Amino acid sequence: MLSARQIIALVTAAFLTTSAIAAGGADYPPSNIDRDNIQSLQRGAANFMNYCSGCHSAEYVRYNTIGKHLELSEQQLIDNLMFNAEKTFETINVNMPMDDAVTWFGAAPPDLTLTARSKSADYIYNFLKGFYIDEEQTHGVNNRWLAGTSMPHVLGELQGYQRAVYDEKVGEDGSVTRTFVEFEQAIPGQLDPEAYDEFVRDTTNFLAYIAEPVRSERRKLGVWVIMFLTLFGILAYMLKKEIWKDVK
Amino acid sequence: MARAEADVAKSTGGVVKWIDDRFPLMETLRYHVTEYYASKNFNFWYVFGVLAFVVLIIQLLTGIFLTMNYKPSSAEAFASVEYIMRDVEWGWLIRYMHSTGASFFFVVVYLHMFRAMLYGSYKKPRELIWVIGMLIFFVLMAEAFAGYLLPWGQMSYWGAQVIISLFGAVPVVGDALVEFIKGDYAISDITLNRFFALHVILLPLLLVGLIFVHIVALHEVGSNNPDGIEIKENKDANGVPLDGVAFHPYHTSKDLVAIIIFLIIFSAVVFFAPEAGGYFLEHANFEPANVRVTPEHIAPVWYFTPFYAILRAVPSKAGGAALMAAAVLLPLFLPWLDKARVKSIRYRGWMYKSALTLFVISFVMLGWLGLQPAEGIYVTLTRVFTIVYFAYFVLMPYYTSIDKTKPVPNRVVYNA
Repeated sequence: MLSARQIIALVTAAFLTTSAIAAGGADYPPSNIDRDNIQSLQRGAANFMNYCSGCHSAEYVRYNTIGKHLELSEQQLIDNLMFNAEKTFETINVNMPMDDAVTWFGAAPPDLTLTARSKSADYIYNFLKGFYIDEEQTHGVNNRWLAGTSMPHVLGELQGYQRAVYDEKVGEDGSVTRTFVEFEQAIPGQLDPEAYDEFVRDTTNFLAYIAEPVRSERRKLGVWVIMFLTLFGILAYMLKKEIWKDVK
Repeated sequence: MARAEADVAKSTGGVVKWIDDRFPLMETLRYHVTEYYASKNFNFWYVFGVLAFVVLIIQLLTGIFLTMNYKPSSAEAFASVEYIMRDVEWGWLIRYMHSTGASFFFVVVYLHMFRAMLYGSYKKPRELIWVIGMLIFFVLMAEAFAGYLLPWGQMSYWGAQVIISLFGAVPVVGDALVEFIKGDYAISDITLNRFFALHVILLPLLLVGLIFVHIVALHEVGSNNPDGIEIKENKDANGVPLDGVAFHPYHTSKDLVAIIIFLIIFSAVVFFAPEAGGYFLEHANFEPANVRVTPEHIAPVWYFTPFYAILRAVPSKAGGAALMAAAVLLPLFLPWLDKARVKSIRYRGWMYKSALTLFVISFVMLGWLGLQPAEGIYVTLTRVFTIVYFAYFVLMPYYTSIDKTKPVPNRVVYNA
């Protein structure tokens, strides 16, 4: 026979199992970004403005917000990041007409403000390292994580170009199954693989930051809120004990 | 009586007296607060009513401030939410509290309902409290559904698309009904506008009204307790239940501790995991609604998934929708399905205990299955647990009437 307590235990067990299963699922290799590393974020901001912002907007984030969190002065913002804006309160926009973009690339380059939240930072990191030579594609490259992407390999001059190596298996019916094994460098770029990895990590870090600029502030505040509530809770518990001591 | 007269005497001449001559202030306070007696042996499960009230207050207050900055238009809604998150002072906190509050509302309400099932709180004389409570639950579901469209993200749009299309399964008027709800041939700016009106005016008004009636009905018959004993049957010379303690200061001081513990958990989510791994804020909803692109995998927010799973258990849309409606409505009839002579699980036999255990397992599993793609083993599992879910209700008159119960003591079990 089950007591109420046993039922609760069972329910809890069922719930925990469920959440454990739900938490699993396909994931990308980790980007290992350090969200509190201001230097990495500053480098990422420069990378983004130099290589991405020609085509991709980040229309919800303002330059002065970036300046505040990344410890950059107004002058530093103007000199280093604002290629396409007059005032520091402006958001990151592109001049390229989106209709032309569709003609040129086949699809309009998406806004990148929230990509780190809608996909994930790990996705961005792997996407930027996932371009490989594929002659059948319009831009001569494909992407391991977004097959048939209409984005050219903008960072090709830095990374160089890589080729995908497949393991081919011929099945009994003669069909060929191709499994991805690794990338091999076909054409070297300006950066060696480690330097390119850092470049991509910094850029990813910046994109993760603009997806939620308040993240660091919210976590700092959270510590204080929970400390206060804990203290308040102890007092409330003592009050409850005092009030209930005559209840027999 | 003696105490009531003393209070009146004390207040003679003061502001309270002036008000009391015109409005039953002290009388109301005594009836609902200082002389409302509830059992002294309330346990963990008895905090969720008060916690639901706390979440309601959080939602109302944060909702008012969100409304000040949100734009209910398909062209501006998504951007206005990001504006709240980034440019409005403390906007991020208000928004995260509201989005986290929505999920916590359901956590707390589900546990509150489970408590009623554990201790038979829906049984006579509390049937009406349960029925009103179920109405609150229905309105809450509508409120959450309407609210979820407002950020105008991909999941807002496509989730609404799926749920609204269900009304198409209604015979004869189905298609007209779908159009009536949308106010358009597709989910559009018009739909967003009316959902906003429902979310901030009609449904909250209904919710607050029903909650008021829920509490009035509760205070009329008095709270149940973990032993399922009517404490009003044992009173002292002053008419105070021997096993009862006044709501204030006894239960209020106890509830305060529960509220703070709740707020600590709530804050942990708001400040450290507002997306809750994609369960409270779905990843796809960080992309603006796009009519041309269907997300790979449409899943409602976790609190609807048990019912969503039941919907998908049947291959036909009409059948699934009917089954889902039945699953949502059935608990309404619990007071009349349950034939047991005792209320509390403490004095029930093995049949009800097993049935409730299976029910809870099936509800949790259906919740998980509703998040999985409808294919392969998941479909089979969904069907099995759907049968268990319905069996709990449909077979209840039978197993509760033959289940062996234990004798119920006269007084509540309490160890100070």
